[in-house]
Amino acid sequence: MLMLATTMQAAALRVRALRKAYQDVVAVDGLDLEVPAGECFGLLGPNGAGKTTTIEICEGITVRDSGDVEVLGMRWENDARALRQRLGIQLQETQLSEKLTVAETVRLFRSFFDNGPTPERVIALVQLEEKARSRVGALSGGQKQRLALACALVGDPQILFLDEPTTGLDPQARRQLWDLIEEFKRAGRTILLTTHYMDEAERLCERVAIMDHGKVIALGSPRELVASIGVEHVVEFSAEAAAQPLDLAELRTLEGVRDAHADNGVVRMQVTALHRAVPALLAVLVRRDIRLTELRTHSATLEDVFVTLTGRHLRDE
Amino acid sequence: MSDHPLFQLTLVRFREFLREPEALFWVFGFPLLLAAGLGLAFRNTPAEVLTVGVVGTDVAAFESAPALAVEPFATVDDGLRALREGKVALLVEGPSSGSVIYHYDDTNPEGRDARMRADIAVQQGAGRADPVAAQDQFMREAGSRYIDFLIPGLLGMNLMGGSIWSMGFAIVDARRRKLMKRLIATPMSRSYFLLSFLVSRLAMLVVEVGAFLGFAVLVFGVPIRGSFALVAAVCVFGTLAFGAVGLLLSSRARTIEAASGLMNLTMLPMWILSGVFFSSQRFPDAVQPVISALPLTALNDALRATMLQGATVTQIAPQLGVLAAWLLVCFPLALKLFRWR
Repeated sequence: MLMLATTMQAAALRVRALRKAYQDVVAVDGLDLEVPAGECFGLLGPNGAGKTTTIEICEGITVRDSGDVEVLGMRWENDARALRQRLGIQLQETQLSEKLTVAETVRLFRSFFDNGPTPERVIALVQLEEKARSRVGALSGGQKQRLALACALVGDPQILFLDEPTTGLDPQARRQLWDLIEEFKRAGRTILLTTHYMDEAERLCERVAIMDHGKVIALGSPRELVASIGVEHVVEFSAEAAAQPLDLAELRTLEGVRDAHADNGVVRMQVTALHRAVPALLAVLVRRDIRLTELRTHSATLEDVFVTLTGRHLRDE
Repeated sequence: MSDHPLFQLTLVRFREFLREPEALFWVFGFPLLLAAGLGLAFRNTPAEVLTVGVVGTDVAAFESAPALAVEPFATVDDGLRALREGKVALLVEGPSSGSVIYHYDDTNPEGRDARMRADIAVQQGAGRADPVAAQDQFMREAGSRYIDFLIPGLLGMNLMGGSIWSMGFAIVDARRRKLMKRLIATPMSRSYFLLSFLVSRLAMLVVEVGAFLGFAVLVFGVPIRGSFALVAAVCVFGTLAFGAVGLLLSSRARTIEAASGLMNLTMLPMWILSGVFFSSQRFPDAVQPVISALPLTALNDALRATMLQGATVTQIAPQLGVLAAWLLVCFPLALKLFRWR
């Protein structure tokens, strides 16, 4: 009983049977989540999976239709004021006022919170000291995103909500932001982030919930999730047209191959033993005299988990 | 104190405004230009000199006539042609053998005027003596000129425009950028957000009204006969009422286009009906109750009464009542309808 009480105390966020519909679209359809304090938890899924609706309900910005949401042991209905002081929030599409400077913007947000670091300190945290006196309109995408992060950190939050923090950024800016987020993880903060980048979830999150159509379709650490599909590697290839076309059924029977699909002329094989599957594949291609135009292998990722579970890619348009 | 949220939010309002050069022009420069332009166009001028054509008369007979220029013609036909072309307002034929003929268009005020003046000159030249001695005393006092009428109207129009535009644009822009949604995700008090518009507006008012009235008094000699405090109070009252109207107009719009449509729809009728450029008394009696219920009519009437006639607070109570009613209806309604995200 005591153990149970402690674990319940430790949950920073608990969501039960959450539902939210817009007109005729069900955005969130019976969602359960539990994020212990200090964990970085990721909601991974394609656009329209219900990630933003879920996170905004947790942030107290969107009102749910039914279900239960508990943040830091409090509920929005009763404790909104106290909760607002404890949460750090970065929204997906906020455009901060372009005519203000970085320092003015951070100072404005800082003024809303009772406690927290000084504006100068927060600006240093997100490495924008050199831009402190620049107008927001003159910042790059990555700098704007770091400013948004600064505005989320001014209240020294216990939970950080990040909605697609690196969407639209170039690779360098993304890595810079990841480094910052990892620093806050080390400080023991709880983070809930949404993303449709599997590499982001793999790098930052201790646990991930893969969402599709408003539901959680898989939950666990990135490593567990990848292991759960029983595939270690993926082999993708494309080949020139040949007299004897390839038979997917034949490929599936090859040693070390678990499954094979063709998609837009690219064959994608899920492989358990790479060192056996590749020679076997090559032998088939040689026997039929089929020329390869492309051959790639990679270790299975969360993307492959999503493809295995749904038959679609994360970034299908 | 300097980090009080209301102070910071108000600072944002000022910064956003001062860093927008166009806004500065429209709020401060444009009203002055408009007043200067209209003041020049409608300045009161002395009576115009009318040109009269004469045939067969001694030009000297008209020398003593006030504000008449005389142009002699050789024949009646030449004179009539000049009359048709509008070069002269009147053609005087004669006088010969005790009679004179005046050619002119009796539907043209200039023609009638010229006939009257010319006739006096002709009769006096023929020896008529006036039985009563007349003296002119001119009344060109400040306060009864067009510019005196115009300045309070322009001031009222600026107060309306300033409140509605500044409120509407900033609010709708914050909503469109999802900045408002981001702000309500913080512990910021929503009333501080709205209050910051009011505080910045009132502070701006001091500069705006001060510059405009200062210009009007110094350049045009427009009088301020009522107490300064009452004029200032009327300005504040108008700003509150129009601030509430602006808040209501921007309470739901998600785009600048939608909001500016609503704002123009609201303001355009008042620009015409509420006595900015000409008196609202010119509209038919049937619509007068509607016109006097408009907030801009109330504000303009109150400004004119205090500035030009030195009215006291009890004399402008009806106008203040109208403004108060708009405030008390629009503000709660705006809060109820307000879309925060």
